[in-house]
Amino acid sequence: MTDLIERPGTESFDHHGGHDEVHHDNHDHHGPSGLLKWLTSTDHKVIGINYTVTSVLMMVLGGALAEVIRAQLVSPTSTLVSFAQYNQLFTMHGSIMIYLFAGPFAFAGLANYLVPLQVGAPDMAFPRLNALSYWLYLGGTISMLLSFFATGGPAAFGWVGYAPLTSAVNAPGVGPDLWIGALMLTGFSAIFSGVNLVATIFYLRAPGMTLFRMPIFTWNMLVTGILILLAFPVLTAALVMLYCDRHFGTHIFEVQGGGVPLLWQHMFWFWGHPEVYILALPFFGMVSEVIPVFSKKPMFGYKGMVFATLTIAALSLGVWAHHMFTTGAVLLPFFSIMSLLIAVPTGIKIFNWIGTMWKGQVEYTSAMLFAVGFVITFLIGGITGIYLASPPLDFFTHDTYFVVAHFHSVVMALVIGAMAGIYFWGPKITGYKLHEGWGKAQFWTLFIGTQLFTFPLYWVGLKGMPRRMAVYPNNPSWQALNQWATVGAILIGISTLLFVINVLVSWRKPIPAGDNPWDANSLEWFTTSPPPHHNFLSLPKIRSERPTWDYNHPDYPALGHGKHAGAETQEKANA
Amino acid sequence: MTSRRAALLAVIAPLVLAGCQLPTFGANHGATKGGTESFKLWQGFSVTAIIIGGFTFLLILWAAFRYRRRGDSIPRQTQYNIPLELIYTIIPILVVIGLFAATVVVENQVVSNPTPNATVDVTAFQWGWKFVYPGQNVVVVGQTTQDPTMVLPVGENVRIDLRSSDVVHGFYVPKLNFSRFAQPGLLNVFTFNIDQPGIYTGQCSQLCGLYHSLMYFQIKAVSPAAYQSWLSANALSPAQAAAAAAATASQASSGIPVKPAQTNYGVK
Repeated sequence: MTDLIERPGTESFDHHGGHDEVHHDNHDHHGPSGLLKWLTSTDHKVIGINYTVTSVLMMVLGGALAEVIRAQLVSPTSTLVSFAQYNQLFTMHGSIMIYLFAGPFAFAGLANYLVPLQVGAPDMAFPRLNALSYWLYLGGTISMLLSFFATGGPAAFGWVGYAPLTSAVNAPGVGPDLWIGALMLTGFSAIFSGVNLVATIFYLRAPGMTLFRMPIFTWNMLVTGILILLAFPVLTAALVMLYCDRHFGTHIFEVQGGGVPLLWQHMFWFWGHPEVYILALPFFGMVSEVIPVFSKKPMFGYKGMVFATLTIAALSLGVWAHHMFTTGAVLLPFFSIMSLLIAVPTGIKIFNWIGTMWKGQVEYTSAMLFAVGFVITFLIGGITGIYLASPPLDFFTHDTYFVVAHFHSVVMALVIGAMAGIYFWGPKITGYKLHEGWGKAQFWTLFIGTQLFTFPLYWVGLKGMPRRMAVYPNNPSWQALNQWATVGAILIGISTLLFVINVLVSWRKPIPAGDNPWDANSLEWFTTSPPPHHNFLSLPKIRSERPTWDYNHPDYPALGHGKHAGAETQEKANA
Repeated sequence: MTSRRAALLAVIAPLVLAGCQLPTFGANHGATKGGTESFKLWQGFSVTAIIIGGFTFLLILWAAFRYRRRGDSIPRQTQYNIPLELIYTIIPILVVIGLFAATVVVENQVVSNPTPNATVDVTAFQWGWKFVYPGQNVVVVGQTTQDPTMVLPVGENVRIDLRSSDVVHGFYVPKLNFSRFAQPGLLNVFTFNIDQPGIYTGQCSQLCGLYHSLMYFQIKAVSPAAYQSWLSANALSPAQAAAAAAATASQASSGIPVKPAQTNYGVK
């Protein structure tokens, strides 16, 4: 019992006695129950689940729109959808995936659930702000969905909405306004999530949880939170200006009256490129938790990993204009070298993941398969991104399917990483494992589908196919490549169905997970599955970045406490 | 030290291999001087990408297969290897410096604006293009239903003054390995020199509204003599030309007659 620390307001229970039995929350809760309890909950776990479920539903909707886009492109002169509908389709596909799925899933869904658990806190720093954050996000989601029913249809100017295509003249109607509203609401929601993440991580860490003992996932969420606070206010400000242009006769983004359309691009990408890392860092964090656990080794190069994350974040604030090389209005060499340099810390991460698996005992659960699939897919997306950092190469690939393929390699890597996270932490959240067989079937269809989807698009982009084309009547030679990409997209769709089937199968025949099914490292695996109301009834002594593992493997010295501190700690200090 | 040798090769590859016979790696050769240089840079980047990406990919596969679980024993809990970590920090930095150096050399050539032999004022509009040859009284306008053709001399510096009269468009010619945005309120100037006669299809690359997909144009590169005779054959009277050049894009796209785009320009 010497390793247990009693925390104020909680009771300790005997971990030596029955570690696997389910401990029920024995707090007395006075207040609402049922639906009202769920609606008024400020528990980070309830909010995290709300975020996760809502955003995964949005992923399914965004994916369905993508399937219609791919169906349209199987023929150069397809008339499945009209020109107007096509523009609406890819605008809503991109908007839903970026604003409503990828970010909220990562920095508000799993992060909300996991960060307080990983730092040993009872909740987020500002639980009510956290609840407000979710309801703002849900409001934004509803606003975006309502725009499908607006007169004149939803927004049709692409998810980047380059001015002045977004002006009241070029994009009349309520649909674009609902798009702006949705982005403002989700933008504020993200800012509040960022505040909560940073405050929680800085102020609510358990005794002994120093910064350099935090799990990589929590480190990445700290950096993500800081990036959110730096980037999202700029987007939200730009949206306010855009709304004023449309309704109050300002001319901020319109040439008439002295406005500067290019300003939109600067503001948008000043948010947009950090946003890429706001999306990516949480998923880097997820696989950085999954890979060590299933390799049965600590995260290789832990401090280098933290350094790489900080470097990526710093560089990401100085690369926004690599989206604007072809405007002829930005300093090419500066943005080129800054963008190229991001390859260095990103490479460090990939080598660290490899180093973690190296000489390990790699166990291929579904979660680990998804994590390795993430690393490979992200490698492809990262390598092709290096081309785009070189302005002369960007000149002939910008706005072509090469760019589309590049960032779909990256975002599909994130989707694969999200699945690694769901299969890994699902048992903690629900108390039950997902079915491994269905999970592996889902992995292979998703992984193969992703490559089959992106590779032809790289190729057709180099042949000169611009993005956002509803038809390509002058270029029938692009058809075969587009059809292969559609086959890949169908496989990705099938993988989503397999996931739904897996959830249903695991629901009907539950596989109890226990508190710590993977022999994992971080604090969330020390408590019950699902955790009680305020997360912990007791905590182990935190002496390294994997307190739960240390507790369960008392024969091994905690990392950094062995004979060769910080290096190889194979010798057993307790022997 | 395979990784070091591979990385060293990767650093010098873009420079050394520039003159060698390499696959295209999917890109166009580029029918201008700048486009050809960009193509060689593309090849250099591709060799580097294949070496480093392939090496990393094999490492992942090796780690994934070689170290799969063979028992319940707990492996050595190795966490740091500082020299190794330094190697895979420093080598990528060197590679990036090499790629950046090669980029700057090519970029300076592509964006340079030498004295032009011919100039065309290009205005993009929803959804078409207007080409005005200043001082020549020649104006070509076309939109979705009929692509306009820009006739240019081969082997001469051609300067394009690019504008937009409404939203952002992209002047993109895949076979020339070049694109540039046409933006409202901004003038974009660039110069290229086409090396081979031929027809090069261009199109709008930046989403510009409903008929973005149909905003094509052609560049027809002919000998300088043929270019001159095309200019004189298609010259309007100065008054007509001024009116045509001044016609707004909306007039052009709504069918108000300016000199219409032609399919046969009477030159070979």
